Amino acid sequence: MSGENVKIVENATCTFCGCVCDDMVLTVDLDQKRITKAKNACILGRAWYAEHYIEEDAPAAMIDGKPASIDEAVEEAAKTLVDAKFPITYGLSDTTCEAQKQAVAIADIIKGSIDTTTSVCHGPSGIAFQGVGESTMTLGEVKNRADLVIYWGGNPAESHPRHFGRYAVTAKGMFTPRGKKDRTVVVVDVRKTPSVPAANQFIQVKPGKDFELLWALRALVKNRKISPNIEEITGVSLETIQALVDKMKNCRYGALFFGMGLTMTRGRHFNSGALIALATDLNEYTHFVAKPVRGHGNVTGADNVMSWQTGYPFGVNFSRGFPRFNPGEFTTVDLLAKKDVDAALIIASDPASNFPQAAIDHLAGIPVVSLDTKATMTSKLAHVAFRTATYGINTAGTVYRMDDVPITLRKAFDSPFPTDEEILTAIKKRVRALKFPKNQAGDKVPPGRASQKEHWKH
Amino acid sequence: MTECLQLAGGKVYDPANNIDGDIKDIYIEQGRIVETPSATPRKINVSGMAVMPGGVDIHCHIAGPKVNLARKLQPEDHRLDPHPGTEQTRSGVGGSVPSTFATGYRYATLGYTTAMEAAVSPIGARHAIEEFHDTPVIDKGFYVLLGNNIFLQQLLREGRKEEFRHAVAWWINATKAYTTKLVNPGGDEPWKGKKNSRVGNIDEKSDVIEVSPRQVIDAFIGAVNELGLPHPPHIHCNNLGHSGNFDTTLETMKTAGDRRVHLAHIQFHSYGGEPGKNPKSASRQIAEYVNSHPNITCDVGQVMFGKSTIMTADSALAYTLRGFKKAKWVNADTECESGCGILPFSYQEHIYVHALQWAIGLELFLLSEDPWRIVLSTDHPNGGSFMNYPKLIRLLMDREFRKEEIKRVNQKAVKRTLLNELDREYTLNEIAIITRAGPARALGLKNKGHMGPGADADITIYDEMEDKEAMFNAPRYVVKSGNLIIENHEFRRDYTGKFLHTEPGYDASIVDQVKPFFENYYSIEFDNYAVDDSYLHDHEVIASSP
Amino acid sequence: MPETMLLVPGRSSKQGTSLNKGKFEDEYQEITSLVEMNEEDMVRLGFNNGDKLRLKNPVGETIVTCKSKKATDLPHGMIFIAYGPGSSRLMESDTAGSGMPLSKHLPVQVEKIG
Ligand code: SF4
Ligand SMILES: [Zn+2]
Repeated sequence: MSGENVKIVENATCTFCGCVCDDMVLTVDLDQKRITKAKNACILGRAWYAEHYIEEDAPAAMIDGKPASIDEAVEEAAKTLVDAKFPITYGLSDTTCEAQKQAVAIADIIKGSIDTTTSVCHGPSGIAFQGVGESTMTLGEVKNRADLVIYWGGNPAESHPRHFGRYAVTAKGMFTPRGKKDRTVVVVDVRKTPSVPAANQFIQVKPGKDFELLWALRALVKNRKISPNIEEITGVSLETIQALVDKMKNCRYGALFFGMGLTMTRGRHFNSGALIALATDLNEYTHFVAKPVRGHGNVTGADNVMSWQTGYPFGVNFSRGFPRFNPGEFTTVDLLAKKDVDAALIIASDPASNFPQAAIDHLAGIPVVSLDTKATMTSKLAHVAFRTATYGINTAGTVYRMDDVPITLRKAFDSPFPTDEEILTAIKKRVRALKFPKNQAGDKVPPGRASQKEHWKH
Repeated sequence: MTECLQLAGGKVYDPANNIDGDIKDIYIEQGRIVETPSATPRKINVSGMAVMPGGVDIHCHIAGPKVNLARKLQPEDHRLDPHPGTEQTRSGVGGSVPSTFATGYRYATLGYTTAMEAAVSPIGARHAIEEFHDTPVIDKGFYVLLGNNIFLQQLLREGRKEEFRHAVAWWINATKAYTTKLVNPGGDEPWKGKKNSRVGNIDEKSDVIEVSPRQVIDAFIGAVNELGLPHPPHIHCNNLGHSGNFDTTLETMKTAGDRRVHLAHIQFHSYGGEPGKNPKSASRQIAEYVNSHPNITCDVGQVMFGKSTIMTADSALAYTLRGFKKAKWVNADTECESGCGILPFSYQEHIYVHALQWAIGLELFLLSEDPWRIVLSTDHPNGGSFMNYPKLIRLLMDREFRKEEIKRVNQKAVKRTLLNELDREYTLNEIAIITRAGPARALGLKNKGHMGPGADADITIYDEMEDKEAMFNAPRYVVKSGNLIIENHEFRRDYTGKFLHTEPGYDASIVDQVKPFFENYYSIEFDNYAVDDSYLHDHEVIASSP
Repeated sequence: MPETMLLVPGRSSKQGTSLNKGKFEDEYQEITSLVEMNEEDMVRLGFNNGDKLRLKNPVGETIVTCKSKKATDLPHGMIFIAYGPGSSRLMESDTAGSGMPLSKHLPVQVEKIG
């Protein structure tokens, strides 16, 4: 019967990486509940769609590994969170803003901590931003204007395959009608990544010496002297550094993109800060911008929702009844590894598979509530595990691209599983009822926009 | 859920209905003010108190991409000013750029029930509306930035006025904006495309766009008035903050002729002196022009000493200001449309320029003859937080207090102004005009800013006090859309507030013109650009009258 | 004597596509336990493609499979692995007050097993 009940969804959005390409043309086989074709998707996007299928038989909720009704699981989840002395909420980068808002509300009510995967990707860039600011842009500006593009410590060819074509290298725009021919592209990295062939120049920096190289660039931009041993220190010759400085000062619109090669290595926020400061300095001479290349589909939305609701982008704690921010204290790896927290709500993320072992060990010993679209290491160890609909494929909602541009998702087909937003809204209601049994008048703020109320009940 | 209320025995200040401190009962039913209620109302004794319509902020920055960047930027500002939650209300943080929840609650605690975000890029409209959803109590809307929109400027260059008007209306509908905002019109291209340069003169044509700022201003005033939007173009003139800029401001107003226009934060545009040198006051020239031109409304953009955050679509200006301290700074370019600059800032009494700015704002208030056309604002958070409004009200109402404050600031600056000669004191009625009745009228909000039958039941009740700052700092009651939100100074319940927008008519075929431009130069799909109705929470379309 | 090398975990296309198929599938497991090494280093250390290596540091250890990379593409002394459970085992949990554990450039001891 396959192939007859087919639907085309135009201008759909791929949320697999931070490029958030919104030009997908999806062919949906409604009988098979599969996406059979994703026009315009890159290799990662194609896999994202091709491998998406609904495990009809999987239970929507489990308590201690046994199938449970959603209502039971919501009740158990709410109790777990309310009973905890110090619960943490974590994840959030692969779900909609509508769900993220509910998650922050829960953390506010239960006076716990809330943190997102930002803390282990560009958290240091967020800290750097707070210290230095940032000259930045939407990606369309790079496409239209940039005649110099530098990638530093990132490998978009493999992590963000369409970054080059859609936005920054071959993209043709208003003042760059010939695309690649109208711009110079430089890659700076510790190894020759698959991104290097797209560039006009590759600069290989010694591992852990990004800060030194960035600082040397800043010094030369300001016509200061730098150490004659700079090549020994950074692996890059003085002539190469000077030539890059000249390029940067003389371009019309320069853009620096940076990846986790800066944030995950020694120096962390100092590295990001040095790079942002370099872009800022260059504005004395020309127009220059910088931008972290963000990974997950809606990690930027998580930063935004957290910031507007709490004032801080990640690593927030509500134990005093108002938000406080302290990376290193209220960030998840620290809270777990120091055994501070006694329950966890994990949304759309799998810390049990990618955190440092000490953090994983503590997570395995406390009650965990998890929401994910498929089984993960985290859902396997969870006390309460929800299986939810995949954002952007089975749900609508809002996501923010890596440059803070908000985009509305288009649902391709229905999932039998509830959305993250629905489950979190239900948990929020129960948590509120348990916390404030005498006062239900407070919850007058209507549910988020994309909510289809508890549709699993019908 | 709304209550039937009788506010009994208060002194009513309702300037739109010519009521100036009369003792009068106000009845509320179904969220509106009624002559006589159909049921027995709950009676609240407010005798000895001043009853006013809820405050209306015509120009502030409270939601959207640039506001959120400014929030993210300043943890040091938030941590000093926590905003605890209650069983009814969410927690948050304050500082000069508070979190969304704190913004809504804090406006309410000043008796303000409506606030308009003055600058949102079209591509950021969805973001602003999402934040509005989380900004409680107050009604809100935003002005969409179109003054540097490349597509619109191309239409102007080609002289396609008619299509220009349709495209403007399309953009307002697509973004669910309230009206258009022009910021430093024509200034983006030199900033982004010509190595951070700026336009100095409003007749200067950019060599890329080939239209002058004056042409842009003229076209918008024409189009928006023809569309009959409830509020005319809201203009942040060129050369903000630069010495000698009053000339640009006068030229901008002259461009309007007798057509409606609103000038934003006019204090920042009333400087004499020579470019590059210390400014002088030109408030007399500006006030005279405004006084004699009833088509013009303006808000002051008063500077208040202390912490502020510069956030403006005038990116070049933020960069210029950054030059003083070289502290942290944000620039964010928005493709084809706009951009913004952000800079944490503080105004200090002893600094000549800051004291002069403060004095010029007060001069403008005191020299203006028609309170209906000058609105109280600090251009929050640019001139200072909206939390300064009570103090500003006292400065206007209390001459002795003002004299004391004048003594504390840079005297060289004061001497360059008329401030010491101005004895005027605002009355409570006049304050009710510049903080509610006037801005509501300027915005074309027929149901706000007054308490006649049919008006929205947005009401604030203050204990009458000698110290006007204390009085306006803590209303005893705040009613929003008929809901008693604050009672005896305490929050009784949460409330979302309404989203206000307009839907001017246009010829749908304009889309065929916009779309190809989009496909070439934007980085998102045309069909994903417009904000769909699912983003509207409780909302109201304010009618246009072409 | 085990050799000390610098481990650089990162993203790869294959890791990305296999992630979509599922973390419990063999492909993901395989890809996240494959380590790339400069071919000249391999000759020097007597490693061959497909050899099982033990990576070890004070935090923990993991077993990986060795794969050669052109000397021009990967510097001497550096090895690359796709993010996954293997890299987790070697990551320190102290974040130095930043929230971010050092996740790249991890010095590890490398030795052949079996
Ligand atoms: S670049 Fe990223 S968002 Fe775009 S199609 Fe590929 S995986 Fe999806
Ligand atoms: Zn403003």
